[in-house]
Amino acid sequence: MPEPLLSTHRLDAHYGDFQALFGVNINVFAGEVIAIIGANGAGKTTLMRSITGLLANGPDMVTFREAAIGTLRADQVARLGIAMVPEGRQLFQSLSVEENLIIGGQMGRKGPWDLEKVFGLFPVLKERRSVPATALSGGQQQMVAIGRALMSNPELILFDEISLGLAPIIIKSIYDALPEIIGGGMSAVIVEQDIAKALSVAGRVYCMQEGRISLEGRSDELSREQISAAYFGV
Amino acid sequence: MDWINAIIQGILLGGLYALFAAGLSLIFGVMRLVNIAHGDFIVLAAFLALSITTGVGMNPLASLVLVVPVMAGIGYVLQRGILNQTLGDDILPPLLVTFGLSVIIQNGLLEIYSADPQKMNAGALETASVALPGDLNIGVLPLLMFAVSVAVIAGLQWVFYRSALGRAFRAVSDKQDIAQLMGLNKAHVFGLAMALSLAVVGIAGVFLGIRTSFDPSIGPGRLIFGFEAVIIGGLGNLWGTLIGGIILGVSQNIGAQINPGWQLLAGHIAFLIVLAVKPRGLFPRID
Repeated sequence: MPEPLLSTHRLDAHYGDFQALFGVNINVFAGEVIAIIGANGAGKTTLMRSITGLLANGPDMVTFREAAIGTLRADQVARLGIAMVPEGRQLFQSLSVEENLIIGGQMGRKGPWDLEKVFGLFPVLKERRSVPATALSGGQQQMVAIGRALMSNPELILFDEISLGLAPIIIKSIYDALPEIIGGGMSAVIVEQDIAKALSVAGRVYCMQEGRISLEGRSDELSREQISAAYFGV
Repeated sequence: MDWINAIIQGILLGGLYALFAAGLSLIFGVMRLVNIAHGDFIVLAAFLALSITTGVGMNPLASLVLVVPVMAGIGYVLQRGILNQTLGDDILPPLLVTFGLSVIIQNGLLEIYSADPQKMNAGALETASVALPGDLNIGVLPLLMFAVSVAVIAGLQWVFYRSALGRAFRAVSDKQDIAQLMGLNKAHVFGLAMALSLAVVGIAGVFLGIRTSFDPSIGPGRLIFGFEAVIIGGLGNLWGTLIGGIILGVSQNIGAQINPGWQLLAGHIAFLIVLAVKPRGLFPRID
């Protein structure tokens, strides 16, 4: 078994007195796509915030390429090659579409993704490159958020609720684009509430419930009953 | 003719006020920090220039090459060392800390330089003037200062909207957490913003020290002029800040023309009128 690219080890996370994660262990291997599913408040976003360094952890609770990154700041984690498409897109409203993409690539990490390649993936963004990012439709904003993360040429990309609040046809087009996005050896973590969507792209899946991993396994081996039990806790 | 003269002099003075205001506006825009010690930093820069000119025998304008980088360095260290620790959801800690800084700077300067008013002499340039038709004379020095002020505003505008640094400023200002995810260390970006702010303060301080006499106690007054110029022009709009400075300068000079005692009062009244009629300033940034 090779060493995982990213793993968490008995990860706990707190917001003040409130404990949001309890001993979470996950592994992401190089080139792998995993899904994290769970209901609202299960701790999925907290887990993403812990991995990216937006929440501070114990030093050994998160390791990336066998180095402890639990106490690094978010900008330091980003420089190691972990990018996130945050929940709710979170574009910079004072920046144009193009500037949002450029700032995603401002660390200068080498790799296949640049402005032209992102425009090739989402041609509509090229047409609207100079308008303020928040003037776009929700689906187009999600494309900017994805492009912005890709611009840093990450080794691991985290998608936090990319289908939330979008029309089904937009969700479909984004999921159709995912293989092209993730191809080329990039690893990905997809956080979803839509179980079917998540299972369709991910090789393995973790289900979270109340801050704990309640189920893990290969997407093609888990039964509906197992998942709904782990998802709803019934 | 006296009136026209008053207006022209007011416009030129407005450039200086815009310089007072630009740095204030910049750091408020980037990190929502109101620097109560801003005026005292202007006076600090003036005294720094005074020490350099008297110590080395430099022309005060030439002292800019030292004052500006030193002030920028102070800004960066101050931000990283102290002010970053005060920033958060609560707006009160930075206000209190910069208020404390204001007191410390004033008393430090008083201790070192005494309360005597000082002035720097820019040499022959101070008395040179250009004649305009109709018996008007404009000093070369005020004209030069105004041109520099406009150039500084234009430069800041360019940095903010066209450069990678400005992109980082705007991104961190929009969403601090997400900007961190882009690999921007906000502590460093804030340090650079304060460095830029105090670099402009360095220019403002040198110009102030050449234009008028100064002593350690006048900082808060300059802070008020800066605030007023920012608010008149509209928050977040640098060209608006220049217009705000000019409106303030012209009102003060017209007031002084009516009655010498009314100079400051007229400026404050103009500020209050703008605030009453357009509370967001004349040219608020459209978001």
